[in-house]
Amino acid sequence: MSPKKTFRILIAKPGLDGHDRGAKVVARALSNAGMEVIYSGLHQTPEQIVNTAIDEDVDAVGLSILSGAHNTIFARVMKLLKEKGASDILVFGGGTIHRNDWAPLEAMGVGRIFSPGTDTREIVTYLVETLPH
Amino acid sequence: MPQDTAANTNRDPFAGIAPVKNLSGFEINPLYGPEDVKGIDFELDVGLPGEYPYVRGVYSTMYRVRPWTIRQLGSLGPPGEANKRIRQLVGMGANGISICLDMPTIMGRDSDDPLAEGEVGCCGGVAIDTIQDMRELLAGIELDKISINFVSNSQSAVILAMFCALAEERDVPWNLLTGTMQNDALKEYQAQKSYYFPPRPSMRLIMDTISFCIRNLPRFNPISISGYHLASAGATPLQELAFTLANGFTYVEEGIKAGMSVDDFAPRLSFFFKVHNDLFENVAKFRAARRIWGRTMKEKFGAKNPASWRFRVHTQTSGSSLTAQQMENNIIRTTIQALSAVMAGTQSLHTNAFDEALSIPTPQSERVALRTQQIILHESGAASTIDPLAGSYYVEALTKQMEEACEKYFQTIAEMGGVIACIEKGYFQREIAESAFRYQRSLEKGERIIVGLNKYADGEESQILLRELDPEFEKNKVAALKKYKEERDHDLLRAKGEELRAVCTGRDNVMPSLISAVRAGMTLGEAIGHMRDIFGVYREQAIF
Amino acid sequence: MSRRKSPSPEELVEKLLSGDRRAAARLITIIEDQSDQANDMMKMIFPHTGRSMIIGLTGSGGSGKSTLIDHLIGRFRAMDKKVGVVAVDPSSPFSGGALLGDRIRFQSHAIDDGVFIRSMASRGYLGGLARGTTDVVRVMEAMGNDVIIIETLGAGQDEIDIIHLAQTCILILTPGMGDDIQAMKAGIMEIADIIALNKADLDKANLCLSSLETSIHYGMDKKKGWLPRVVPTIAFASKSTDIRGVDELVQAIMDHQAYLHETRKIDEVRNKRIEQELGLVFKDEVEKVVFAGIKGTGKKRQYIESIRAGKSDPYSVVKEVLSTFLRV
Repeated sequence: MSPKKTFRILIAKPGLDGHDRGAKVVARALSNAGMEVIYSGLHQTPEQIVNTAIDEDVDAVGLSILSGAHNTIFARVMKLLKEKGASDILVFGGGTIHRNDWAPLEAMGVGRIFSPGTDTREIVTYLVETLPH
Repeated sequence: MPQDTAANTNRDPFAGIAPVKNLSGFEINPLYGPEDVKGIDFELDVGLPGEYPYVRGVYSTMYRVRPWTIRQLGSLGPPGEANKRIRQLVGMGANGISICLDMPTIMGRDSDDPLAEGEVGCCGGVAIDTIQDMRELLAGIELDKISINFVSNSQSAVILAMFCALAEERDVPWNLLTGTMQNDALKEYQAQKSYYFPPRPSMRLIMDTISFCIRNLPRFNPISISGYHLASAGATPLQELAFTLANGFTYVEEGIKAGMSVDDFAPRLSFFFKVHNDLFENVAKFRAARRIWGRTMKEKFGAKNPASWRFRVHTQTSGSSLTAQQMENNIIRTTIQALSAVMAGTQSLHTNAFDEALSIPTPQSERVALRTQQIILHESGAASTIDPLAGSYYVEALTKQMEEACEKYFQTIAEMGGVIACIEKGYFQREIAESAFRYQRSLEKGERIIVGLNKYADGEESQILLRELDPEFEKNKVAALKKYKEERDHDLLRAKGEELRAVCTGRDNVMPSLISAVRAGMTLGEAIGHMRDIFGVYREQAIF
Repeated sequence: MSRRKSPSPEELVEKLLSGDRRAAARLITIIEDQSDQANDMMKMIFPHTGRSMIIGLTGSGGSGKSTLIDHLIGRFRAMDKKVGVVAVDPSSPFSGGALLGDRIRFQSHAIDDGVFIRSMASRGYLGGLARGTTDVVRVMEAMGNDVIIIETLGAGQDEIDIIHLAQTCILILTPGMGDDIQAMKAGIMEIADIIALNKADLDKANLCLSSLETSIHYGMDKKKGWLPRVVPTIAFASKSTDIRGVDELVQAIMDHQAYLHETRKIDEVRNKRIEQELGLVFKDEVEKVVFAGIKGTGKKRQYIESIRAGKSDPYSVVKEVLSTFLRV
């Protein structure tokens, strides 16, 4: 008897930025939707985030970035995931990431970027529809 | 409005209508009248502006004689660029400037710190590593004419040291310098999270800067006790009011413990509030703040100087209320918020640019933000009379309501052992996270409407002109910093480092050693590094 | 984003035994999800387990468990031991989801190849552990970890109990939280091999310390051999030089382990662990067989109706089911 798949999601705050309201609200919303959410705290390096994602065998990693350094950070995370053979982990994000930056991020392999004010249900739906069961 | 006929007088016209609550959680009645202000003694509880308890305004003439300071943020990564912007804003009529720091500087790291990679000069903050950066930042600015507000916190002592050293170089006497430093550690633990040291050493540094300013920079406000960040993290206007005041009273207690007389430093304490969309709730919040502060300073702390009773506040319109969708709507939101701040009697005001949700303002959006204040001042009539909403049944009732609810929070905090104990127990963080989550839920359930976001959304994209930061900047800054570090007197620097560590270990005021250290070329990161070694590091509990 | 390419069970286990983290992580998920291959994989893994040091830490939220674990990891790493950590937190009984944030406290070890950290949600199990925890610990052993640390909120009253899984059980208490009194009343002292009195710099610490030691002294059966040791600690301090008691805690752990090995009590402990696992697996397999037989037949509904109608009772129903499916 195989029970329903429970998604495991890592919500991470890379870099020096300490604004965690959004990350925490999303973490809570995902957990209310039945997902297991690992929150790794503030000031994480891309190395810490990727190692955590792999050890926790998460289905997806959500990066919350309000520092403007998203291009650098996403690139680093995607590179590390690839090096460690974990490119199948979905990477998505939110914060203050301008739309002009979305296409280049997508080209890197990043999934959806959510603008400020996104309804958290949209994020839940996105994950449920995108992640393999 | 139903006609007053014999048949109608017994029926409540509002029966069965859906209740409406403001952000603070108070139910807003459809109608307010004399019964709602019955317990208020207008002479004692409300009074006159410039007179205790200052509900109607901290000064007797307010904007009729001197308008609020139009204080806009003027910073951008490279100190040279920021300097250009500052001069532009001064040229356009701003008489006060706010300077934001970039993320590495906020976290006490130099531009060449490995942790700073990718974040140097980001998001409208200026990278300040050394006194050389301070020189470039404030080149051509008359330090005794323009009021400078440094949005600095845990690194404030170092920033102040650089500012003082610069003034000395330029032969500007310290007692002519005007401005503010945010320098509020308590809200870092509660909300913004850019703390370094644990609460005790943070308090010591703050008290050192306050006592230094009392003696040497009498026109400079050494602390801006902030509610803005609490609100940004999710605190309701009521929580912002209660927690900010509780923090303020904690600083007063600490000042007394540090041996200062309350009337020496209380006049130097200033505040920083957010103003959100509900115009009336905000006005009530400010008025309640003035009454509570005045009363507590006089009756509980025994302050005798009226300057100690006055709650002076800088206000910023709410960044978190701005949407990335239909950005032009943000101009209207900012206008309403600014109008509220003016009607609430703020001492200075920053209005956000409409594209704040996604980037640093462009010259165009910045101009709109500035003009918003100028139009309110010159065209709206709101500045022509003091405390225009006084006497309004609604606003007076709401002011009283907020004050009473605030007292309840004070009681809870006291029962839990005071502000610092509450921080350690995660009390504020929990309250704030809860409000943040509740707010998000209310949006998703449609109980609260944000136009263009969960109603009248049309999926259309606003065309924004992005202002890009020169990617070469970080490289150049790091290279310049390396060169600067090499050219310093290393022996002198080492001596200064030891001196600083000794002062931190002891109980003398850190400012003199910090000033001589930065003059000798010590970087911000190095200074903070020394302090971290002595004071230790704070780590928090994650609370959802 | 590419779909997951699933290696075969054999490949995964082989990789696990060579210390591959991804394989270990994947295996743990397979176990947690109770996927079909889980049992076969566990059969392959079992022979390679049973030799690690297993430490359990329980204590209420805010007691400083996670911070102590952060230090313990550091100490064991300094001894050149590989460390696996399982941090268990409750799932919401309503949504089934969970917020797992224990690892924040030991994230500095996230870049150490010799440390493997996994957060688990209880997924409906009460008492502090998850159904999969026993198997996850086996996986971590097979991976090559010398020490495995299990962190949980509670000591169980359920089918899985940390006291049967861990060899050395540490209870974290703090002064003045009322736990000390409660703990004494609940007899939880009998469960803990070591009691860490954390935040030992707080007001009532000394009082607490002496009342704990007194309770142990008078309450314990001296013949048992190991007297629970109380170690005062200060796990969190802003300056690393102000942290206290960690060395003493590590010493207490090593002493307890030495005691277990020297007196051969370790065998008893290992037996208890196996007994617990047998019980869990047995219960699961029996349930599987029965449900597989009944699923989709409508029989469950029929049984329930007949009991409600007074025509039968739960005992008779189960007897019938068992005799059908287990030939009992």
